[in-house]
Amino acid sequence: MEYVDYYKILELDKNATDEAIKKAYRKLARKYHPDLNPGDKEATKKFQQINEANEVLSDPEKRKKYDQYGKDWQHAEQFEQARQQRQSSHAGGQQFSGGFDAGDFSDFFASMFGGSTGGSRQTKFRGQDYSAELTLNLTDAYTTHQQTITVDGKNIRITIPAGIENGQKIKLKGHGAAGINGGPNGDLYITIEIAGHPRYKRLGNDLYTTADIDLYTALLGGEIFVETLSGKIKVKVLPETQNGTKIRLKNKGFPVYKQEGQFGDLYITYQVTLPTNLTDNQKELFTQLSTM
Amino acid sequence: MPMQEEDLIPADEFCVQHKVEFSFIHALQNYGLIEIVTVNQKTCIPLEKLKDLERFIRLHYELDINTEGIDAIAQLLNRIENMQDEISSLKNRLRFYEE
Repeated sequence: MEYVDYYKILELDKNATDEAIKKAYRKLARKYHPDLNPGDKEATKKFQQINEANEVLSDPEKRKKYDQYGKDWQHAEQFEQARQQRQSSHAGGQQFSGGFDAGDFSDFFASMFGGSTGGSRQTKFRGQDYSAELTLNLTDAYTTHQQTITVDGKNIRITIPAGIENGQKIKLKGHGAAGINGGPNGDLYITIEIAGHPRYKRLGNDLYTTADIDLYTALLGGEIFVETLSGKIKVKVLPETQNGTKIRLKNKGFPVYKQEGQFGDLYITYQVTLPTNLTDNQKELFTQLSTM
Repeated sequence: MPMQEEDLIPADEFCVQHKVEFSFIHALQNYGLIEIVTVNQKTCIPLEKLKDLERFIRLHYELDINTEGIDAIAQLLNRIENMQDEISSLKNRLRFYEE
């Protein structure tokens, strides 16, 4: 557990007046308030630190204890006992919730002061939203399927619709924190991350891949089997196909999100492979061809 | 589709819980920031707007931002959200060319 420099967090020196603390807190709270920085985890973390710093420095008793023990905070227990004997009271400073649990303070704070004493404006009615990340591979995202995730020790079974995009968010209504005073539960937002695939590249609903064809098929034409996400398919290769030729297979790409039966296209780029280890006879024939 | 009663929260109840004046809710409605409906002569707030409303209350009571400011912030946050969606889409396109 590390010592936390509350003065540094509020960008103040140790002689800061109550008014200066209040001013610094308000300024930084506006800057890092989660409602003004949606989805910014760093801002949320900073906001919690600012709240914690204010909780200590705006309370004369806590500030005194903090100033007295500082880096030697682990010996604060004796001070605490003396304080309890005096049974002093404290009204608590103003503290912003930012829609988050204000009691979510550092271990340092909990060790020194025994948890949050509250004092924040209780505006929370609807439960807090939760967010989570789920990594899928491309083949998972190709079909509508179910996944089980664990939130707050509870298993939640969710359906992932086929065609979901990398970075897309799924909202699960009512799976966030419980509401307060009869308010509704918060929601759970799951951000989907789709890992890259060694064979396919995805662009929207279209898939891109490469297929090797030998020299003879490229020259004379023929048929090849191409692996797709829905199985192998037979593809006709036209005679005199050039290396790098790109063909489009309609509706063989990725499923369109929440549009059942609709698919993007599959683009195949042919890579012509040249024969190696030629026999003398083959060399002779190629030589004849080259002089015709 | 008509709104079901379970999808609504009585405004007076909400104001008591949050210790806010109804005039503030009314001001937000005038700016088109939230929607208020009347069911059986009772003023109610749609459940789906609760998240926004609680955010506006925090902005007002915690950060001293007035209704005009909240309106401006709501519009800017909306633009940020759209831009974040666009960034996400562009990142996916970029990934296609980088892989």
